[in-house]
Parts: sequence; structure tokens; C-alpha cells
Amino acid sequence: MDQLLINVLNGISAGLLLFMLSSGLTLIFSMMGVLNFAHASFYMVGAYFAYTLSRLVGFWPALFVAPLAVGVLGALFERTALRRVHKFGHVPELLITFGLSFIILELVKLVWGLSSMPFAPPDLLQGAAFTVMQSDAHGLGLAWGAAPAERCASTAAAVMHCSTFPATRFFMMVVALVMLAALWLLLTRTRIGLVIQAALTHPEMVEALGHNVPRVFMLVFGSGCGLAGLAGVIGGVTFVTEPSMATIVGSIIFVVVVVGGMGSLAGAFVASLLIGLLQTLPLTVDKSLVHLAENLGWTVAPGDLGYPLMKITLAQAAPILPYLLLVLILIFRPKGLLGTREN
Amino acid sequence: MAHLHEGRPRYHFKPWNVGRWVLWGLFALALFVSPLIWKTGFALTMLSQMGIAVIACLAYNILLGQGGMLSFGHAVYTGLGSFLAIHTLNMVADGRLALPVSLIPVVGALGGLFFAAILGYVTTKKAGTTFAMITLGIGELVWSMSLMIPEFFGGEGGIAANRVAGRPFLGITFGPQIQVYYLIAVYCFACTALMFALTRTPLGRMLNAVRDNPERVEFVGYNTQRVRYIAFMISGLFSGVAGGLAALNFELVTAEVVGANRSGAYLFFVFLGGAGFFFGPIIGAVLMVVALVLLSELTQAWLLYLGLIFVFMVMYAPGGISSLIMMNLRVAAFGKLRPLLGSYLALAGTAATILVGAGAMIEMVYHLQLNEALGPELRFMGATLNARGFDSWFGAGFVLVVGVAMFELTRRHFAHQWGQTQEEIEREIKRREAAI
Repeated sequence: MDQLLINVLNGISAGLLLFMLSSGLTLIFSMMGVLNFAHASFYMVGAYFAYTLSRLVGFWPALFVAPLAVGVLGALFERTALRRVHKFGHVPELLITFGLSFIILELVKLVWGLSSMPFAPPDLLQGAAFTVMQSDAHGLGLAWGAAPAERCASTAAAVMHCSTFPATRFFMMVVALVMLAALWLLLTRTRIGLVIQAALTHPEMVEALGHNVPRVFMLVFGSGCGLAGLAGVIGGVTFVTEPSMATIVGSIIFVVVVVGGMGSLAGAFVASLLIGLLQTLPLTVDKSLVHLAENLGWTVAPGDLGYPLMKITLAQAAPILPYLLLVLILIFRPKGLLGTREN
Repeated sequence: MAHLHEGRPRYHFKPWNVGRWVLWGLFALALFVSPLIWKTGFALTMLSQMGIAVIACLAYNILLGQGGMLSFGHAVYTGLGSFLAIHTLNMVADGRLALPVSLIPVVGALGGLFFAAILGYVTTKKAGTTFAMITLGIGELVWSMSLMIPEFFGGEGGIAANRVAGRPFLGITFGPQIQVYYLIAVYCFACTALMFALTRTPLGRMLNAVRDNPERVEFVGYNTQRVRYIAFMISGLFSGVAGGLAALNFELVTAEVVGANRSGAYLFFVFLGGAGFFFGPIIGAVLMVVALVLLSELTQAWLLYLGLIFVFMVMYAPGGISSLIMMNLRVAAFGKLRPLLGSYLALAGTAATILVGAGAMIEMVYHLQLNEALGPELRFMGATLNARGFDSWFGAGFVLVVGVAMFELTRRHFAHQWGQTQEEIEREIKRREAAI
């Protein structure tokens, strides 16, 4: 039970990280119609910037400075390159971000090298955030930090199980939730937020009312990239900071955006959590269709038709589950979970 | 392109379109003669790969250029075609199937068609950006599957085969590379002709209409989704031919052929060649093989160069190389190309200067990052650079700055000249219209 709880929390934290990425992607897409192919690359740049900065000024300032720097880079790219191809249509816009993802990957390899960076979390985020304790006698218990050994030791009276939840993952959840709240407040409570919301649905009308829509575009693109950079700082410190980190999340966030519904922030949130859980939970299930068939009383032997497919365990199949979900969603609900646009 | 020549029936002796016959004749001749000119084994491998790439890129352009469908997962269809072809080849070799080796690409084609029919049904439900994302997702799905099912995809080592299988026909065993090349050439010519013919059919025209104005197509009474679906399957069919030929050519198929990198390369080079014209992807395919084989040998930074070229191409020439050629052909048709030649030379010279300066700096950084152990010295275009020395950096920087300044000057001059030429051409066209 305690392990399951930890797994669910792991899934949720992975989902929240995905949301940090897909929220920026969705904002950019619904504002500008541009699918930012380099979004995951900005995520990676955020991690590398934070790594370098954390060695100079420490982790906590880097947490703020690195996303800002990534945001400025994004805005700069929008201003110099993306705006120029805007008049050619959506396909060149998508292609230029596609080309940028190549360039960023190569530059990162050039500056930081091919191996992974020793990006260690600061002391505060080392170790466990809390421990879930399960005992036969007292049920579930919770303790902040790593629980003392004597409390986890099984006694004659009760068998104890302790599972810890890493502090970095807890921090990931906190940052994502704070970001979610801040984004929601920004979009609903501020003037610029209202302009952005209006431009989501009626860009021409907003322009007609005298707002500088290109500048709003630049701002949105920059802040979207900044959010990706923030996710990168946390992703880098939690997982590994290496040149392949962009490709690992890259295609998943596109799945999130399609499953949630193109241009829907709420949809992106739901889909992120769903896919985060879908990626994490099956990893613990070492069962395949062969086991299911045996439970039903059928025997399947090697050499039978479809055996190679049936013997794949759920844990092995975990990487493809998000994509299967994508296909199913497209067949049964083409506009996505919470999407409103047909196209 | 025919509309450019309307009203000027030069080289057009009805019922024969002589210009077209000459072009196709030259294409066939080029396919036939190239291996006689470049005789080394290395050249032959490259030519074979080019033939395969031409089919794959043209098939991709049915989607991108003609249908306006930006696919990020095209390698799925070439790759799965390859896998089916190589399994069939192994069955032929085991004697379980009596099929001439020369028909293996047809098996690949059927494989490509089969998977395009299944996966395309989901993919073509949407157009535009959503289509692009779905193809990306499907590509990842197939790639992840390839790691999960080693029985079909061969795991890390891939699936190997021997193309010398079955009974030889007229002494052709497909053992020597030259025989495989000519098989590829025949398929390449036939597929190119068929795909060109497709652009002339009502379906091909409808596909263009779906790309340009889907709403209006719906009004006329066509189902845009079905047009996209059929085009997708045709593209899958020809991709499968390319995949089957690749299986014969390399005699080894690894999971890499369905990977995202391969898909990205198709997109990249079709765009570079120019998706707007039928012959654009052919240029792109030739460039693709040259870049992947030669450039990757020449420099470690080749992906960076490719990325930069791509981004600049999108920004300044979104029609690709073929559109640049067609623009200059138009200028030449009006006899105004000669005054521009000087500017072209100047542009090329200054661009080369920039390339030398920037290239030297990029190579020095790469050298410092990757070959530290070999010492700070490296060879670059015949000169020895010291990646740790001030002189090399200053020299490279100086060349770069001078190149950029000169390029900007010539570019301004050229832009002015080009604008003037275009205006003259417009006036000329108006004058001719008035004369009729």
C-alpha cells in the first residue's frame, strides 16, 4: 500500500513536470498557432544554464535566473527569426523551430560536451521529503524527512514497511503547483492576462482594439520558453542533465497537447497527470498477457501465433502506452479530452 | 510549371510535348550513365543510395508538397517496408517462397501500403499542425515497438540477409553492386514517372486543392479526409519501394530505419530541395546522400551546419533550392540573367569567406570539446590552427567579420538589382499582353 502511494505520487510529480512543459507549449500554440518544436530544447537549455549558474552563484539564485535567461533567449528567437517567417504560413514556422532544435542540441553538445553533468540538488533537497510508514497494527503513517530507523524496524507486534519520497520530486510538485496558481492568476486577474486570453480566440479583434499583438506574441513565446526553462532546472536536478534529455520529453509533450485538446490549458493539465501516471504506474507491474491467459485457464506456449506480442510485460510496454492513448483518443474523441477546436 | 509557358508554344509540337520528353530522356540517361562515369565502389554505393533516396523523398513530397501534410514519421513506412522486404528475402533464401529477388521491392511496397492503410486511417483524420503531431506520435510508437519486439525487428543487431538468393535470371544474381544499382535505377525511373503521372490525375489535382483550400473542396462535395487518406496510402506504397530497395542494397535492416532521425532527414532534405516543385525532392535526395555520407566524414560539426543552413533557408528561401532555380530560369527566359551573374559571383565569394571564418571557429570549439587529448592543433582547409592560441582565433574572427561586412554590402546591391530586374520583367509581361 505504501509503495503504491509512493508510485502514485511519483506519477503525479512526473505529470506536473510535463504540465510545466506543456502549459508553455499550449499557450504558444493557442496564441500564435505555432507548434514550438524546440520547446523541449529550451527545457534542456534551462537545465544546463542552471547547472552552470548553480556552480557560480548557488542553486537558489539559479532557479530564478536560468528560466529568465531561457525566456530572454526565446523572446530573442521569436523577434529575429520566427516573426520573419510568420508571413510564409504555419508550416515554415513549425520548420524553423524544428531546425532550431537541431542547432540547440548541437550547441549544447559543443559547450557542455556529450557526457551528463553532475547537477546535484542543494542540501535542502537531498534525501527524502517524507516517509510513508505502514504497519500491520496501526495502518498508514507519515513522517517528514527520512523516518528514524527504529520507527521503521519491524517489531514482534507489527511488521513495518517504510517508503520514502525524494525531496526533489516533492519540490517539483510544489513548484509546478505554485506555477499553476501564478499562471492562473496572471491569465485571469491581470490586464496582460486578459489581453492574452482575448487573443487566444480573437487575435484580429484584439489587434483592432489597439493592442500590440506582435509584442504580446513575443512576450508569450518568451514566457513559454521561460516556463520550459524552469521545468528544465527542476527536471535537470531531479533526473539527469544530459544532451538526450530533450528528446526524452520532446515527443511526450506533443502527445500531452493532442490528448488534452489543442489549445486547452485545462486539457493539458488533465492530460499531463494522466500521462505522468501512465508512464510511471505500469513500471511496477511485471505481468503480461501470457499471465492473464494463464489466470483465465488458457495455456499459451512459445511458438504460438502472437506469442512475441503476448509475452511483453506491462512494464516493458510502459513507453508506448502514451502513444497508444494518443491513437485511442484520436479515434474516439478527435478533439482531445477538453478541447473545443475541431482543428 | 506548364502555365509559365502559356502563349509561347516553343518546343511544343502537338501532340508531343518535346520539352518533357527531352527532360525525361535526360533523366533516364543520367541514371544509366552515372555508374559508367564514376566507377569506384564508393561512388556506386552513393549512387545506389541516391536512387533509393529519390524515391523516398518524392514519396514524402506527395504528402508535404502536394498535400500540405507535414509528416514527422515518414521513416515508419520506408522502414516497415524494409523489414517486410528483408523477411521475404530471407524466406526466398530458405526456399520457403519462390519469388524473384527483383520483385522484393514490390513486397516492400505492399508492406508500406499496408501500414499506411492502417496507421494512415488515424493520422489523416486531421490536417495541419495536429497531423504533424500525430505522425510524430505514431513514429515514436513504432520506434518504441521496434525495441520491444526483437522477433520482427531484430533487436540491436537488426536483421541480416543475403540478396544472392533463388535462381539467377539471365545471369543476374544481384551479387555485384552494379546489378543492384541498375535494379534501383529501373525502380527509381518507374516510380518517378508514376509519381509525376499522379500529379496530372484528377486525384493529384484534388490533393493540391485539399492543400490550398480544404473548405472549398468540402463545398464542391469531396471528402478531404478521404483524399488525404488515399494520398497517404500512395505515399506509403512508394516509400515501401524505397524501403525494399534499401533492404536489398544494404542486406541489413536495423531498427534505426524507423527512427525519428530518419524521418527528420526526409523532411529536412525535401524542404531543402524544395517541396513546391516536382523535381525539388530529387535535388533534396541527392543532397541528403551527399550530406549524410560525405559531410559527416568531413566534419564532426555537420549537424550544426545542417541546422544553420536549414534555418537560414526557411527564413530567406522558404521554397527551397528548386524555387531559387525556377526564379532564375524565369529571369533567364527574359534574357536578363547575364547582368546578375557578377552579383552572384560576389555573393558566393563573400559567403565563402563567412563560411571559412565561421567554420574555423566552430571547428576549433569542437576540437577543444571533443579531441582535447590530441593537443590544441588541428588542420582546417590546409592550414594548421591552434585552438588555444590567440592568433588563430583572431584570424578566424577577422575573416568572419570581413566576410559578413562584404556580404551585407553585396547583398544590398543585389537586392536592389534583383528588384529592378523583376520590375522590368513585369513590365515586359504587361507589354506582351497588350500586344496580344
